Amino acid sequence: MSILTTTDLGVSFSTESGTVDAVRGVSLHVEPGETLALVGESGSGKSTVALAAMGLLSGNATATGSAVVDGHEIVGAAEPALRSLRGSTVSMVFQEPATALDPLTRVGAQIAEVIRNHGDVSAADAAARAVDLLDRVGIPSPAQRARAFPFQLSGGQRQRVVIAMAIANSPKLLIADEPTTALDVTVQAEILELLRRLAADTGTGVLLVTHNMGVVADFADRVAVMLQGSIVETGSVEDVLLRPEHEYTKRLLAAVPRLAVAEAGAAVTSGGAVTSGAAVASGASGASVADGSDGSDGRRGAAPVVDLRDVSVTFGRGARAVHALQGIDIAVHAGETVGLVGESGSGKSTAARVALGLVKPTSGSVHLFGSDLRTARGRDRRALRSGIGVVLQDPVASLDARMSVAECIAEPLAVHRRGMSSADRRKRIDEVLDAVRLPRTLASRAPRELSGGQRQRVSLARALVLSPRLLVADEPTSALDVSVQETVLEVLRELQDDLGFACLFVSHDLAVVQQFAERVVVMRQGVVEEQGTTGATLMHPTTDYTRRLLAAVPVPDPVVQRQRRVERLATLGAVTA
Amino acid sequence: MTAQLAPEAPGAASLVRPVAATGWRLAVRRFRHNTLAVIGLVVIVVIVLFCFVGPFLYPTDQTHTQLSQANLAPGAAHLLGTDAVGHDMLGRLMFGGKVSLMVGIAAGVLATVVGTLWGSIAGYVGGWVDAVMMRVVDAGIAIPALFILLVISAITTPGVWGLIVILGFVSWLVPSRLIRAETLTLKNRDYVLTLRAIGGSHARAIGRHLLPNSVSTIVVAATFQVADAILLVAYVSYLGLGVQAPATDWGGMLSAGLTAAYSGRWWLIVPPGLAVILVVCAFNAVGDGLRDAFDVRGR
Repeated sequence: MSILTTTDLGVSFSTESGTVDAVRGVSLHVEPGETLALVGESGSGKSTVALAAMGLLSGNATATGSAVVDGHEIVGAAEPALRSLRGSTVSMVFQEPATALDPLTRVGAQIAEVIRNHGDVSAADAAARAVDLLDRVGIPSPAQRARAFPFQLSGGQRQRVVIAMAIANSPKLLIADEPTTALDVTVQAEILELLRRLAADTGTGVLLVTHNMGVVADFADRVAVMLQGSIVETGSVEDVLLRPEHEYTKRLLAAVPRLAVAEAGAAVTSGGAVTSGAAVASGASGASVADGSDGSDGRRGAAPVVDLRDVSVTFGRGARAVHALQGIDIAVHAGETVGLVGESGSGKSTAARVALGLVKPTSGSVHLFGSDLRTARGRDRRALRSGIGVVLQDPVASLDARMSVAECIAEPLAVHRRGMSSADRRKRIDEVLDAVRLPRTLASRAPRELSGGQRQRVSLARALVLSPRLLVADEPTSALDVSVQETVLEVLRELQDDLGFACLFVSHDLAVVQQFAERVVVMRQGVVEEQGTTGATLMHPTTDYTRRLLAAVPVPDPVVQRQRRVERLATLGAVTA
Repeated sequence: MTAQLAPEAPGAASLVRPVAATGWRLAVRRFRHNTLAVIGLVVIVVIVLFCFVGPFLYPTDQTHTQLSQANLAPGAAHLLGTDAVGHDMLGRLMFGGKVSLMVGIAAGVLATVVGTLWGSIAGYVGGWVDAVMMRVVDAGIAIPALFILLVISAITTPGVWGLIVILGFVSWLVPSRLIRAETLTLKNRDYVLTLRAIGGSHARAIGRHLLPNSVSTIVVAATFQVADAILLVAYVSYLGLGVQAPATDWGGMLSAGLTAAYSGRWWLIVPPGLAVILVVCAFNAVGDGLRDAFDVRGR
């Protein structure tokens, strides 16, 4: 018998501007011990289905149809009945481990509370079981860690605690809504491994909600693809990911940036000496494997457009000082794209902000277009700055909601080209709107009326309006859906070909960087771990860290991914042994 | 990978909802749907007209005492009766209301202006400047405003302008904290960082981004400040520290009428009391309505 069955499930939200149908006619089932992945882009209604199955929809939502969990109807059920189901029969793991835990309660007590909510268990027994659970989710020295507060744990450990709470009462159904989206890839790989093991051990059915095709390939048995509130395709993970039927699934998979990886087997056996070189490359445009140069400055004739030499940045002082950067050297030459990659806390965004002059280095020097930023003053400094374009991550916060699109784009002109006539200004705005392939009619609209992808293109237009020599892009596409990301990257690449600006591209996504950058700088804990041409560095990394990072990226091919997983675990086993 | 150059994927396109109105028009629409706030606004307009236009339609002598007309109950000649020195109470309600409203509104606005400047400087500059400026605010909040008012009144007798300045300077502390918090979040928005990175000036960041985006917070704060200030004027005058006779305000009228209330002359107490309650409630309702109206998602 299925542990979760939804039949013709529909959810609509009543909002100020009328009723919105978020989910229509969704029928799916999850068997015990099986993982069903519900995939789709933002707004597809995948999270709404998950919440409806928990009976956790917000007050303005109305559910129709049926959702049956372990024989209990959820749609229209009374709150007390739902409460006794939640946490015991069905439980949920959310995206953000930082907010899923009570910051003022020790983690052991939080787990014990879940146990005691659903069973007549003494406090001492519950506490002992909490320690067991922490052990099962792989937290080292669980007895001590049970007394820790959430802030004393890392993001990955917090997510492990959340999972411990979710499995505390051996649920028959586990709903995981983007459980690894907020985590770094290496941590993501560990959490997925944990979830897989737990589900296999206990025969728990898992409903996995995600946008990441790599995670699907890694974890799911079956896949349901959602588009605008309906399921368009269902099938086994191999069928859907390798032989998609529906047009939308095909388009979605085509848009996923794929990490070109060295041939399986080769990377594991010997460190850097990969000779079988038959890379599963599927279009690493900028990355030329044959290019033997290590890309260090000096080999290129011209001076770099931006040059960070031995830069250190320390925030705070004394015992609470944080060494965000420790003596890094990064140079970007004219016309090239340098990808800056690393996990959270590696200092990659800080490095970009140093290049932009937003963060003052504690020591070391920053040269922009050949001039030292420290000595440039007033007018010179402003002139230097006019050669920079900036695109930042958040499509919502990047544009001032009180300005029109035209005003947003014209802002750099207002700063640096005061004398420009308004007719010239309008002409220039139209030019850059054309360049980023947005209709000119958008100029008078408010940013609020635009989609995320359109907003990022407006940001790009603003960055290009002064014809910069350097573009600094800090995770410009990580808040976007893959298909939108593809369009934005495409526009960016074409413009770079036409205009020849240099680009410092910060990203946590190795696949995107591999496609987009000629050189790559891998950062870890404020130091440069490794740098070189993208082809060489990401195909044949010389440091263990880069190798681990690459191995942890899930690829959206279930067969390849299964092999990679086995290899990764073997490598990790070898390291620990 | 194959290039997909469709303007936007269908999945993402469904997110774009047609939005007809701009931010301000949307706010106005939301405000109009808030019945209580609209009633509040109407009440304020009516009372302002009553106090400032009323005396022309219903002229009364509020300077000379007319003992022959003293202590009359409400009737045809005096709709709300007269007080102990023969002033017509309806006329006096207008006369006193003028002072109450003027002082209240001016003091509320002054408090908001001072608070905005103080809070935005502290928030924008940050560091030790922020620390020092905010400790000053903490210290100010620790001293009860009424105590300061009593001390000042013991030293001097303020006129209308003096009262405005004094009330303004005891109530700027709360708005300054609000505006500081707003500035702190705004100055780290990506669009401000972008502007700074390409060499935009502080003046531009403040003038084009920080101020326009905190206008809603400032307007809401100002509305609540005005309500508070009108109440504060009433306190101060009730304690006999307000404007001096023959001028008066609603608080002063309450104070003057208090002794008479025990002898059944309710018309000396009820009208000014109701007026104060009505105006303060109306300003609070409008403030609430504005706050909800400005709370537009996706800013």
